[in-house]
Amino acid sequence: MAQGVWTIAEQRDGEIRKITYEIVSEGRRLADALGQEVTVILLGSNIKEKAAELGQYGADKVLVADDSRLEPYTTDAYVSVISELVKANDPQILILGGSVQGKDLAARLAARLDVGMAQDCTVFAIEDGNLVATRPIYAGKAYAKVTFENSLPQMAAARPKVMSINEPDVSRSAEVIDASFTLDDGDLKTKVVDVAKDESGKVDLTEADKIVSGGRGMKDPENYKILEELADLIGASVGASRAAVDAGWRPHSDQVGQTGKVVSPNLYVACGISGAIQHLAGMSTSKVIVAINKDEDAPIFQKADYGVVADLFDVVPALTEEIKKYL
Amino acid sequence: MNIIVCLKQVPDTESQIKIGSDGKSIVTDDIKWIMNPYDEFGVEEALRLKEKHGGEVTVVGLGPKRVTESLRTALAMGADKGILISDEALDGSDSLANAKAIAEAVKDLDYDLIFTGQRGMDDDLGLVGATIAELLGIPQLSLINKVEVAEDGKSVKVDRPIEGETLIIESTLPALITAQKGLNEPRYASLPGIMKAKKKPLEEKTLADLGLDSAEFGEGARKLKILELTSPPDRAAGKIVEGETPQEKAAELAKLLHDEAKVL
Ligand SMILES: Cc1cc2nc3c(=O)[nH]c(=O)nc-3n(C[C@H](O)[C@H](O)[C@H](O)COP(=O)(O)OP(=O)(O)OC[C@H]3O[C@@H](n4cnc5c(N)ncnc54)[C@H](O)[C@@H]3O)c2cc1C
Repeated sequence: MAQGVWTIAEQRDGEIRKITYEIVSEGRRLADALGQEVTVILLGSNIKEKAAELGQYGADKVLVADDSRLEPYTTDAYVSVISELVKANDPQILILGGSVQGKDLAARLAARLDVGMAQDCTVFAIEDGNLVATRPIYAGKAYAKVTFENSLPQMAAARPKVMSINEPDVSRSAEVIDASFTLDDGDLKTKVVDVAKDESGKVDLTEADKIVSGGRGMKDPENYKILEELADLIGASVGASRAAVDAGWRPHSDQVGQTGKVVSPNLYVACGISGAIQHLAGMSTSKVIVAINKDEDAPIFQKADYGVVADLFDVVPALTEEIKKYL
Repeated sequence: MNIIVCLKQVPDTESQIKIGSDGKSIVTDDIKWIMNPYDEFGVEEALRLKEKHGGEVTVVGLGPKRVTESLRTALAMGADKGILISDEALDGSDSLANAKAIAEAVKDLDYDLIFTGQRGMDDDLGLVGATIAELLGIPQLSLINKVEVAEDGKSVKVDRPIEGETLIIESTLPALITAQKGLNEPRYASLPGIMKAKKKPLEEKTLADLGLDSAEFGEGARKLKILELTSPPDRAAGKIVEGETPQEKAAELAKLLHDEAKVL
């Protein structure tokens, strides 16, 4: 019988990504509910030394696949190795992180394993011994509760920044196991030929703890300076509405919303953004939402925990000054 | 350079979503259907590649008869021919089953590239592209915002933005690309384009035409089962920050964020 909760670690350049801690922690909670073990699969090149530490977040075992062809990530190589390990070990549950890499990997892996797959989940639970996942659909206008039928492992990916990370338990260490696998060069059809680092040096919006976003109300690309000042002070990344991106004020990678990024920061500050349904789709799972808008009827106020009805060009610089008093 | 573009219809992004009395599906009566915006990026990119490298663009839609409208739109934008996969037995199918039908319909066509949207703006799953690629045994390049086909037409170089960086990936052809926002600005169909589209070939296929067994499709064959749809969790009512002047409001907001929300 299928047994065990598996999670797939994400690392980049030899560093474990935060999403990994989120899903290992969540995996631990699911495994406890089932009375099963948590196994993490860690793939990369010279990566083994990072394995044991995952025990602190709840992993019982870490299966390490170490091979120069597993760094950097490619769909072909990862799917080949993971599908082989899954077939050989028959886990009941397989959880991935919903990063860009995780989404790409999950989709192809599910197809290779011929199983159902729930992407972008915000809640996991065990009901009658099975994984049940809740996920936003129609850009968050509805939520679907889903489960699996004739489909093992029960496979799902978690929306980044939603699952809480366990307090690391330094007394805990995972058993590290070298995975045995085969990798055929003939199967590797794609290759990462270059990497262009993001110039801004800011945390990506999907991973940011705080976001300050500006919309059409910013009026001019120059005016984003006041948002950057606030963001720098509180350690936030800067986002934008589509109106601001379409105007050419901000790059596509800054767009929050249905055709942009879906974000779940602890704090989202929307400045000069009306709150169109397509924008709300991208930020409504933020923990605390602040709206600064001079139109008291702007729909954004219906989603905001704190609404400020005023001119953003007065409020934002004043807010930056006021916050300094607390830091 | 022959290119296939897969497309579906989704509710207009402005639509209200109401949950049906079965608690498992949505009410579709008042919904206006549009071409999935991510698929539109795929159509546009295929047309640009065709303009540069020559060849033919085939658009493939799956769903009820109304999907014909979106296929005609793609033909009016400049695609050459269309295929509609339509069968009542497909109703309620999951991504795996839909991808199987599409893969079956295109596997014997002559193609160098296949485009799908990175996800449908309905179920927001993003599985169909990868599943088609798997069934056809070709590489997938997902969430792509730039595509460059080599002069010799044998390989492709793409940009995939990930968290904090962009990967530049090279792949052999044929390959499947899933389109991300930023790839292009889709054109509008011109009036002559719309006239011409009416005469372009649009074939319709049922599961039987594709040699597929309808028992493997539909609600009953789903591997990802929907237990229940619910409305989004309500956010507790927020408060309007008080103050006579913007300055006072800013001070009050800073205090609330620090003392009450504890996010500073
Ligand atoms: C298919 C589709 C997909 C889409 N995807 C997205 C998406 O991913 N993300 C997205 O954001 N949008 C998306 N949109 C667009 C969306 O419908 C809105 O057009 C867009 O979000 C509006 O951006 P905005 O709020 O910045 O601008 P507006 O709606 O014009 O709002 C500007 C706001 O700024 C306020 N304002 C102006 N000046 C000031 C001032 N001095 N001080 C304070 N407030 C001020 C105004 O009161 C107003 O509320 C999509 C649309 C479609 C059709």
